[in-house]
Formats: sequence, C-alpha cells, structure tokens
Amino acid sequence: MGSTGQQKKKKSSKFIAVLLVLGILLVLSIIFSMKSGYTHLTFHDLLRILLGGGSDKENLVLFTFRMPRIIIAMLVGAGLALSGCIIQGIARNALADPGLLGINAGAGLMVVLFVLLFPTKTALSVFTLPFLALIGAGVAAVLIYLLAYKNLEGLSPLRLILTGVGMQVGISAAMIVLVILLDESQFNFVTVWQAGRIWGASWKFVIALLPWLLVLVPYVFFKARVLDVLGVGEEIAWGLGVSVERERRMLLAAAVALAASCVAVSGNISFVGLIAPHLARRLVGLGHQILLPCCALTGALLVSISDILARTLVQPSEIPTGIVVAVVGAPYFLYLLAKSGR
Amino acid sequence: MKVSTNDAVRSDLFVKKTDRSWRALLVIVVGLCVLVISMAFSLTQGVVQMPLSAAWDALMHFTPGSMQHLIIQDLRLPRVLASALVGAALAVAGAVMQGITQNPMADSGLMGLNAGASFMLSLCFAFVPGLSYSYIILYSFLGASISAGMVYGISSLQRGGATPMRLVLAGIAVSALLAAIGHGIAIYFGVAQDIAFWTAGGVAGTTWQQLRILFPCIVVTLFAAILLSRSISLLSLGEEIAQGLGLRVNSVKFAAALVVLVLAGASVSVVGPVGLVGLIIPHIARYLVGVDYRWIIPSSAVLGSLLLVLADLGARMLNPLHETPIGAIIALIGVPFFLYLARKQRREA
Repeated sequence: MGSTGQQKKKKSSKFIAVLLVLGILLVLSIIFSMKSGYTHLTFHDLLRILLGGGSDKENLVLFTFRMPRIIIAMLVGAGLALSGCIIQGIARNALADPGLLGINAGAGLMVVLFVLLFPTKTALSVFTLPFLALIGAGVAAVLIYLLAYKNLEGLSPLRLILTGVGMQVGISAAMIVLVILLDESQFNFVTVWQAGRIWGASWKFVIALLPWLLVLVPYVFFKARVLDVLGVGEEIAWGLGVSVERERRMLLAAAVALAASCVAVSGNISFVGLIAPHLARRLVGLGHQILLPCCALTGALLVSISDILARTLVQPSEIPTGIVVAVVGAPYFLYLLAKSGR
Repeated sequence: MKVSTNDAVRSDLFVKKTDRSWRALLVIVVGLCVLVISMAFSLTQGVVQMPLSAAWDALMHFTPGSMQHLIIQDLRLPRVLASALVGAALAVAGAVMQGITQNPMADSGLMGLNAGASFMLSLCFAFVPGLSYSYIILYSFLGASISAGMVYGISSLQRGGATPMRLVLAGIAVSALLAAIGHGIAIYFGVAQDIAFWTAGGVAGTTWQQLRILFPCIVVTLFAAILLSRSISLLSLGEEIAQGLGLRVNSVKFAAALVVLVLAGASVSVVGPVGLVGLIIPHIARYLVGVDYRWIIPSSAVLGSLLLVLADLGARMLNPLHETPIGAIIALIGVPFFLYLARKQRREA
C-alpha cells in the first residue's frame, strides 16, 4: 500500500523466495513421508520404486497406501489453512478458526448421522460425504452468523467467537447422544474420525476431495483484493464500492465449503486454520494476494509434517494426525493469546 | 457491564438487604424441598420401577434378601447422592469463580479445569493401574490446578487482564492440548476404553466407597465457600474497592482458588468432564436472590444439586436400556443459555 516501485520489487522477490523455500520444504516432507512408516524405505529403494522397479509389495505400500495419504494430508492442510485465513479476514480477528467456530463440529455431526443411517460404506458414499459435511457445516455457520448478528452493531468478533464456542459445545453434546446408538464398528469409526486421523487414505478420496479444492481455491485467490478491503474496515470498504455484507457472505460460504470438504476426509483436525495464516502473515505480510498462496503452502506443510510424526512416533501403533496438530497448535495458540494486545 | 453491576451490587448490599434475604431464604427452602422430592422420585425410577413405599422400606427397614432393596441401597442411592453432591460442587465452584474473577463467563468446564482433571485421570489409568480412589481424587485436584493455572495465567498476562473472551479462548486451547495429549496416551497404552467407561458413565457407577471419600471432601469445601462468601461479595465489587474496605484480597483469592480446585477436581473424578453447570446455576441464582454472594453460594448449591439430580433422572429415563451421558443432557440445556449470555456481551467486554 503506497509503496514505491522499488519496495514493491523487493517485496515480490522476497515473496518468490518464501514460496520457493516453502515449496522445497514441502517436497522434502513428501519424500521423507514416502520413506517412513511401518516398512521403512531407503532413498535408493524409493527412487527404484518410483521408476517402476519395485516389487508388488513395495508398489502396494507406496502407491496404494502412502501416496494418497500424503496427497490428502497436503490438500487438507491447504484447504483448512485457506479457510482459516478467510475467516480471520472476515471476522477481523486473528484468533478465528473454522474449528473454533463450530464449523468442523457441524460437519462432524453430519458424518455421524451418515454413519448411523448408511452403515455400509459404498463407493457412492465417499462422494456424498463431502456434500453432507457441507450441509452440516453450512447449517452451523448460518446459525452462528444469525445468532452473532445484531441489527445495530453488525457482526462483533467477540460474539462471533463466543457463539461459535457455544455451538461447538452443543453439537458435541448432540454427537455424544447419537454415538450411543452406534454399534461397535461404527463407534470405532466415529472415535477415530473425531480424533482426526486421515482415514480415507485411498485414491477414491483424493478424487472426492480434489474437485472441491479446484473450484474453491481459485475463487478465493480471485477474491484476495476483496479480503484486503474488508480488512481495512467496513466504512472504508463501503467507500471503495464493495458491497460488504454480500462479499462477506460469499467468502464465508467459500470458507465453510473448504473446511467441510476437508474435514469430511481428514476428520476433526483443528488449529491448522488458526496457525497457518499466522505463520504466513509473519513470512509475507498482510496483502492477501500473496498471503493466500503462502498460507496454503504453510498449511500443507504443517499437516504433512504432523502426519509423518503421527505415523512414526509410536510404531507400530499410530497416533491420529489431529492429535499431533493439536499438541503443536494449542501451545502456539496460547502464545498468540498471551501476546495479542487487547 | 462492570459499572452497572457494581452499582447494582452496592445498592443491593446496603439498601434492600432485608427484602432480598427473605426472598433468598424462600428460594433455598423451596429448592431444598423440591430437591428432596426429586431425589425420592429418582430412587423409584429406572429399568426396574418401584413404588415410593419400597424405597422408604429399603432405607428404613433394609432386608438383605430383597432384590428391590439391594437395587435401591447399592445402585440408586449412591448415584442420587453423588449427583446431588456433584451438582452442588460444580455450581458453587462456578459461583466462586465468577465472583473472584468478576467474569460472567467463568465455569470449571470453560476454564479448562475439567480437562486438566480428566487428563490426570488418563495418566493415572495409563501408568498406575489399580490406583485407589482417594489417590485418583488427589491427582484430579492436581490436574485441575495445573490447567487452571495455565488458563488464568495465560489469559491475564496482557494488560487488558483476563477478559471473558481471553478466558474462554485460553480455556479452549488448554482443554484441546490436554485432551489431545491425554487421548494420545490413552491410545498408546490401550486404556481409552477404560477412560471412556469411567467418564461416560456419569454418576451411574458410583459406589459407597467413593461416596465415603467424596462426601466429607465436598461438604467441608462447601462450608468453606459459605464462610468465604462475604469476602467474595466484597471482591465482586472490584479489587480496589475491596482493598479499600479492608479485605486481604490475595489471601481471599488464594482460599477461593483452593475451594474451586477441590470442588472441580472431586466432581470430575466422579462424573467426568461435565460443563456448563457452573455457568448456568450462578446466573439463575443471581437472578433469583440478587448479587450478594452470601445468598448466591448456598442457593447455587441447592439449585445445582437439583439440576444434576434431574439430569441424572433424565439420563436414565430418556432411553432406559442405554445410559444417556449426563454431560450431554446438561449441555443441551446449557448451550442455549451460553448462547444467550454470549449475545448479551458488549463489544469489547
């Protein structure tokens, strides 16, 4: 904003450097992720299998089990991070996050209902799950919006977050009541989903998740300027000719859809939407055109590293990825809270 | 918000005193009567229904051979007593917290105390299996105090102090962290099911042995809370004013914190993390009896007991073959209330 040409140049070269470094880290994490797990592969093995020289067992491990999981971890991380970035921009509150606002919980409730009503997981269900999660998350989001909105004062960040917290508690209570009705295998599925294990580790799920991101991510990048303007404040945004409430709703809908489709596949992973935007903001500043891509990369990196840890820390058993993310994310959140001015 | 409450407190403490006292006394007496009636009713309900006379017989003329008497004595009575005790404990813990932090959102669940206590429970289950109940209670106090320290410390680090928003956010984050670690440990050591069983059962599995430890623990602490209530009233006016009136603010705060920790820790060791009781009940009590904590605390105890006894009754009657978790029932009542409070919050409160 108001920067001279030279500063702009400096900024964009810094931006490219950041993106490059993040990209390299992401590639490294992918390689490391492919190597590690119950059957450990050396770098040499990996190269051989990737070039088509692996045994049947090795091919199975790498292409059927690990690859889709790695891709899903990355996509989910990017999607949740973008969703958090949008919500923080709209709420003008640095501590907002789709998990915190009850959106994940809404999606989760639908997942439980779905498991309850359609016990058999057919191919069809994989593709309907994101839709159902979207409905649940959408209903939760609309309710939160309506409850937090007051005619004269508009949408106060404080009310938004407190309402989200209340909604989350309520939905979890409803979930507990429903969970009792499940049989043992359904119950196990739901517990694992709750803890945030990337459960749908097969190519089917990649295909189910990808179209959502392919539509939503470009839309969000396209609206980066609007997010910048919304961040400046409502009056100024009006002055600049942005129809604030309409843009806000559209962006909120995009954020909800992103979070819901990711959560449908990955289970309840929270804190990514909170932390990734913060880290990204530290790296590249406030402009959303640069911030959003950087945020997506940071989120992807975070979840993929957490997933490696989740698989390797306590072999042969496995910690749900969401737990690793929470153990890293919660202290960082507390640090932000202790630091934030108000 | 603060200013108007303070004015209300002042006028209430010094002007309409007698009027309020009668009203408060009425609330407590009527509350106790309803409590006794619902406890008696609760004894008769369940998978096996029986007339009130059978319950009376079981208490007064216990015959060891009778199935009915055994159900009442060994299953239902401890359960009903435990829910009454825990309800009083949670509600009073909430009231004391709201008084000393002058924060309408304070509650043992929201502030992470429950999560801390249940985190310690999972540590106990994982590392020292077969620990005796009194030690389990001790450890849950310890867990509650660790998480309370974290939440309060972190949310009051900044200049603004512990605002409702900061407390709630810090509470969520600390709860999420401790829950995640606890969950990880539980999965790794294969005790997840034991813990789920322990916490989801609510008051259902309470034994006389547990009650023997709980009862003195909670009752003594409740009396301590009532002894502290005058000081808490003064503190709720604001620290400067309380200091000006000659109150030793720090020692009162310390004593109150101790009371809260014991009450919250003991409750969690019985029912698991049940939230929102400590949030709702003191608000209702304040609405009924005014802002003097000498009345709020005893009436919170009575109303909290009543809420939990009724919720436990609901847990048994909703779906007689399964136990509905008591925490879920309370959340279904409590959440709309919480949303109402959230809506009432001013912009930067």
